[in-house]
Amino acid sequence: MNKKQKRWRNRIIVALALFAAIFALELTGVLERAFGEENALYAEFALFLIPYFIAGYDVLAEAARNLARGHGLDENFLMSVATIGAFALVFFPDSGPHMAEGAAVMLFYQVGELFQSYAVGKSRQSISDMMDIMPEFANVMRGGQLVQVDPYDVAVGDEIVVKPGERIPLDGTVTEGASQVDTTALTGESVPRSAAPGVEVISGCVNLTSTLTVRVEKPYADSTVSRILELVENAADKKAQTESFITRFARYYTPIVVGLAAMIAVLPPLVFGGGWADWILRGLTFLVVSCPCALVISVPLSFFGGIGGASKLGILIKGSNYLEALSQVDTVVFDKTGTLTSGTFEVTHLLPAEGVTEERLLELAAAAEAFSNHPIAQSITRACTVPIELENVTESEDASGRGVRVRYRGDAVLAGNGRLMDENGIPYTASNLVGTQVHVAVNGAFAGTIIIGDVVKPDARAAIQDLYAEGVKRTVMLTGDQAAVAHAVAADLGITEVRAELLPQDKVEQVERLLEHDGNGKVAFVGDGINDAPVLMRADVGVAMGAMGSDAAIEAADIVLMDDRPTQIARAVRVARKTMRIVWQNIVFALGIKFAVLILAALGIANMWMAVFADVGVAVIAILNAMRAMRTKGL
Amino acid sequence: MKRSYKLQDLDCANCAAKMECDIQKLAGVNSANISFMTSKLTIDADDGQFGRVLDEAQSICSRYEKDCVIVR
Repeated sequence: MNKKQKRWRNRIIVALALFAAIFALELTGVLERAFGEENALYAEFALFLIPYFIAGYDVLAEAARNLARGHGLDENFLMSVATIGAFALVFFPDSGPHMAEGAAVMLFYQVGELFQSYAVGKSRQSISDMMDIMPEFANVMRGGQLVQVDPYDVAVGDEIVVKPGERIPLDGTVTEGASQVDTTALTGESVPRSAAPGVEVISGCVNLTSTLTVRVEKPYADSTVSRILELVENAADKKAQTESFITRFARYYTPIVVGLAAMIAVLPPLVFGGGWADWILRGLTFLVVSCPCALVISVPLSFFGGIGGASKLGILIKGSNYLEALSQVDTVVFDKTGTLTSGTFEVTHLLPAEGVTEERLLELAAAAEAFSNHPIAQSITRACTVPIELENVTESEDASGRGVRVRYRGDAVLAGNGRLMDENGIPYTASNLVGTQVHVAVNGAFAGTIIIGDVVKPDARAAIQDLYAEGVKRTVMLTGDQAAVAHAVAADLGITEVRAELLPQDKVEQVERLLEHDGNGKVAFVGDGINDAPVLMRADVGVAMGAMGSDAAIEAADIVLMDDRPTQIARAVRVARKTMRIVWQNIVFALGIKFAVLILAALGIANMWMAVFADVGVAVIAILNAMRAMRTKGL
Repeated sequence: MKRSYKLQDLDCANCAAKMECDIQKLAGVNSANISFMTSKLTIDADDGQFGRVLDEAQSICSRYEKDCVIVR
């Protein structure tokens, strides 16, 4: 609590204590004995005014100020009228005393206001704590000494030193040292990554085990940390439809309820005659319920909490509107490469011919591809455990588009596709496995086939299952790959629809077609942010994954997954659904109670105590419920 | 041009909504947005009129919440 809130709280406590004491005096009949039956009422009136003014003088003053300026109808004004009216009913001979209610309404109204102010401050605080990834300093060598400087003042190309336990202040590449880096704050992933010379490190991560020297690659303003903070800060600006609806609703709700209150207080006694006090009391009860605070505050609070909670999981949502849209997603379109598959080529199968070992097959292929830097060649070189000495590889010759031929330790080695084998008259067995096939021959004899494929991410299948479990109806995979490869991957993962052999520009069209097709549900597109910016922007919800450090992806997407696990997509959907559930719970609950009390009040069943609950109690409960949105840990 | 300002002592969500609505109607303002949770006012207004717009926005804010100050 800040100073202002503490003073406020103390004032309320004093007023509450006084109120309770006076209430007790009244109930036990002490007042009647002391002042006599006639005067007890007036003593009570005077006494209840004390806690009333202590608790509510600022509300009354504010109301008067607004009235003087000629615009009323704010909550201060409404509460003032309702409470003053309750006190004033004592002057109606046919009415019972309502001073206690008048004082209580003011008191509880203030309790509610204080609680709101406290809760909002608290969640603002806890979300900024969550986003506590802002580095405070950078260690730079200046004149042979290590000095701490503001990360803003570090230039690209400077070398910074990050000690164990410190936060990496700027994006860069490790030049010296080897350590483990904790990325939890950015990705929600608790397994540390290793950092060694040549490895890129991202600002906001914590260096764990030993000192690293890092060459800065980006100025602070463009670093991952600043971008993330900016993104989360701005997220609240984009309001969800539900949010705007509630604000609009609030604009009409208050005047309507106030109008009804006036009608109820005046019309029935005029038409049917008599009984003024009772109808005025009903009107005053209406006024107490006329503030839409519970809704107006709890809805943005829920969205804010949901966005904050998601960011703790490494899911950055750029606005409440996207959170809302994500909760309505029923079609998820995936770009295959980099999203469901790791996007790097790996040797998936070794099929040696008879009499050849797997190691020998790999060695021959690796030797053949030793001088090539094609991704396929590199995947073979990576897979080969036997070191290939380049001086043993001679007469390297590129058979354009078909493969290579070399001489390795005196053997003539061919590695390439079926045409290369055919041309050289080597009988080979084609495999029906999915992937790129590299056939290898040595000294004119077939040595076997290596299958190279894009590896499916380990949790890709679980990711699709999770999405179905969340009620997603259609999953579509878009890819530039051949249909056979694409269908095999899709079947393996449980994806229902495949659009294969697409050119990059076709993807936008495919997504557009899905957008037209769909009635209610939203269409999400998940890509790796490379080359698919137009699609990310076109879909209802564009999700970029594995975006650590990728500017283009962070720019184009609506939702950014900081690491590249596809299960995060379903997690994001769960966060969105939970948030929307909370939002609707609050709307239904708050409006339900308010309308119920309004109807009961009109019938003369609800009293002011119930009205106070409908106003303050509901607000407190709705706020507490809204704060649940921040908790995303188990999702 | 679009600029963001911190709003100090913004305590009432309903007031924030009313302020936003009134500021949007100011002459020279293309769009205005108040985020209650981050206490931030974003105004997109014509360059030459920014000073005047801000003054008027401040008086709107004080009208609904007397302590609320636009931090310039």
